[in-house]
Amino acid sequence: MASEIDSTGAEGLGNLFAAAREDGRTVLLPYMTAGLPTLDASVRLFEAMAAAGADGFEVGIPYADPLMDGPVIMEAGERALAAGTTVDGCLEVVSDVVSSTGLPVIVMTYVNPVLRMGVDRFCVRLADVGAAGLIVADLPVDEAGPFLEATRTHGVGLVLFAAPTTDERRLRAVAMAEPAFVYAVADMGVTGTRDEASDKIAGLAARIRDVSAQPIVAGVGISTPDHARAAARHVDGVIVGSALVRLVLEANDADDSARALRSAVAAFAAAVGD
Amino acid sequence: MLLSPDERGRFGEFGGAFAPETLMPALSELETAFAAAWADPSFRRDLDALLGSYVGRPTPVYRADRLSELLGMDLWLKREDLAHTGAHKINNTVGQGLLTTRMGKPRVIAETGAGQHGVATATACALLGLECVVYMGAKDVERQRLNVYRMEMLGAEVIPVTSGASTLKDAVSAALRDWVATVENTHYIIGSVVGPHPFPWMVRELQKVIGEELRSQMDGSAPDRPVPEVIVACVGGGSNAMGIFYPYAADPTVDLVGVEAAGHGLVTGEHGASLVAGSPGVIHGARTYMLQDDSGQVLEAHSISAGLDYPGVGPEHAYFKDSSLARYETATDAQALEAFHLMASTEGIIPALEPSHALAWIMRSRDELAGKTVVLNLSGRGDKDVEQVASLGF
Repeated sequence: MASEIDSTGAEGLGNLFAAAREDGRTVLLPYMTAGLPTLDASVRLFEAMAAAGADGFEVGIPYADPLMDGPVIMEAGERALAAGTTVDGCLEVVSDVVSSTGLPVIVMTYVNPVLRMGVDRFCVRLADVGAAGLIVADLPVDEAGPFLEATRTHGVGLVLFAAPTTDERRLRAVAMAEPAFVYAVADMGVTGTRDEASDKIAGLAARIRDVSAQPIVAGVGISTPDHARAAARHVDGVIVGSALVRLVLEANDADDSARALRSAVAAFAAAVGD
Repeated sequence: MLLSPDERGRFGEFGGAFAPETLMPALSELETAFAAAWADPSFRRDLDALLGSYVGRPTPVYRADRLSELLGMDLWLKREDLAHTGAHKINNTVGQGLLTTRMGKPRVIAETGAGQHGVATATACALLGLECVVYMGAKDVERQRLNVYRMEMLGAEVIPVTSGASTLKDAVSAALRDWVATVENTHYIIGSVVGPHPFPWMVRELQKVIGEELRSQMDGSAPDRPVPEVIVACVGGGSNAMGIFYPYAADPTVDLVGVEAAGHGLVTGEHGASLVAGSPGVIHGARTYMLQDDSGQVLEAHSISAGLDYPGVGPEHAYFKDSSLARYETATDAQALEAFHLMASTEGIIPALEPSHALAWIMRSRDELAGKTVVLNLSGRGDKDVEQVASLGF
């Protein structure tokens, strides 16, 4: 599947959005917790999603106390940790996903595992395994200084958040930091599936565009292809997490998971591409 | 203002606000609202009136004559156990409850470990006519059933939390998750000097009344009002300790000792001693000492006392530790139980298991403390613990 365009590092992420903008399309970035259903089988799930039309991935490093995550991703994290998933193991998964799919991979984690390894060293490791970006769920722009510096030094893109509650002053601070993309939190609350499509994304995306030229990616609560289609009209990319993770939690094994993901991701990709 | 957080909410290198962006505007709104209220004489008058006639402040200091004789020191108790609802927690919840009303938010959420903060929050909400939801670890719901009934009688909804170890850490996380979704109409009354800025600062400001009262009650103006030489308090999140320490922090003549839970013993790894046996990291939105593994995963704490069963600690305590403004020690489950029984049978006061840890350290340190004027912050009464202690065969 590997394409000729480099998909690693901040540049890889930039290439992805530049190409999509040229084609006038929105990219689909599925989220999956690393280590599911097992560390060894993890890469197969990403390969299945790549085959079904994913444009890149958000790979979650499971964390014991995930404040931004709802019940589905919490359970996924607990299962992965119980199965002995470590940060090192997750980075190996990232490396495998990058080399086997050729798609940009953004690593998602929380502040503490990064601090424990050291922000600089963590970013060196990200660069080594070919990661394109880093999302830290509990890192607001106010505390992002060391993370911005280290990601820049090592050529990895740091993602920052904007939420429906974020005011103009904070939005400008996010814009000034020039993140790899702005993660537009599509709905209040933690990650998880919702019945209704967000009515907040259009307004939020417009407010971000007013102050920033960076790509905007919507996530949180995007649970169905219809939700994704609605969000895609306003943003450069869409992240789908809990709706996919749930399929893996409910599946019997890796084959079952891969099959379920393949059809779900195909439906999301079609919706985003509409 | 060495002892206040800076504009980023830092106490030295500790504190700050590591929270999902969705919450950040609410945290800064809260900082502004509390700063304005705290500087507003009418808010302070309303709070002081409630602290006087409703909470029962000032709480007395009591000289524990029989314990003093037994231990060979001049031992005094700051009687927070006599405050309404039986612990110091009410100082914070009445203050934050008034603030919630002032901010115009109709709903309050809280976490609770031992149930004392949950009861104190439910009480303040009943008093002020606020909707109240309390998150409590399922394991704590079991071991503190009496407090669950109390919260429900006070009109609160108690939600058992089954993630993680089903204890205080998980209750804090569940409350924060609720808040991420409901922040526009909900205030989170956090129960200790923990969490992202401005919570550690705000809760300390609301709890420092303990130490301020003590300064005027034991001011050296008469033989029965000696100035303390050593002040001892238990530390879970650390609000009772910070409340009594803070007004003495700039006073080099008073030793401040915080006592953490050593659980089954520090060597077993089953304890709640974040300051003594943990390392710096980020937990619940603040940089502080915490229990974590080599990958930075939060470890489960253990203590016989639900209120000390927490893998983090307030960031200002982390600062006090590193700058030697206070020292931190530990007591095991067994030592705390022994102290619990000693105080009950010697003074006719059944202490909560949390401050029993502080007494246990005092008992162990009697040689060092011989002849000194020692104040124990008796942060809560032990009614809630009677069933649990009885089940252990006493």
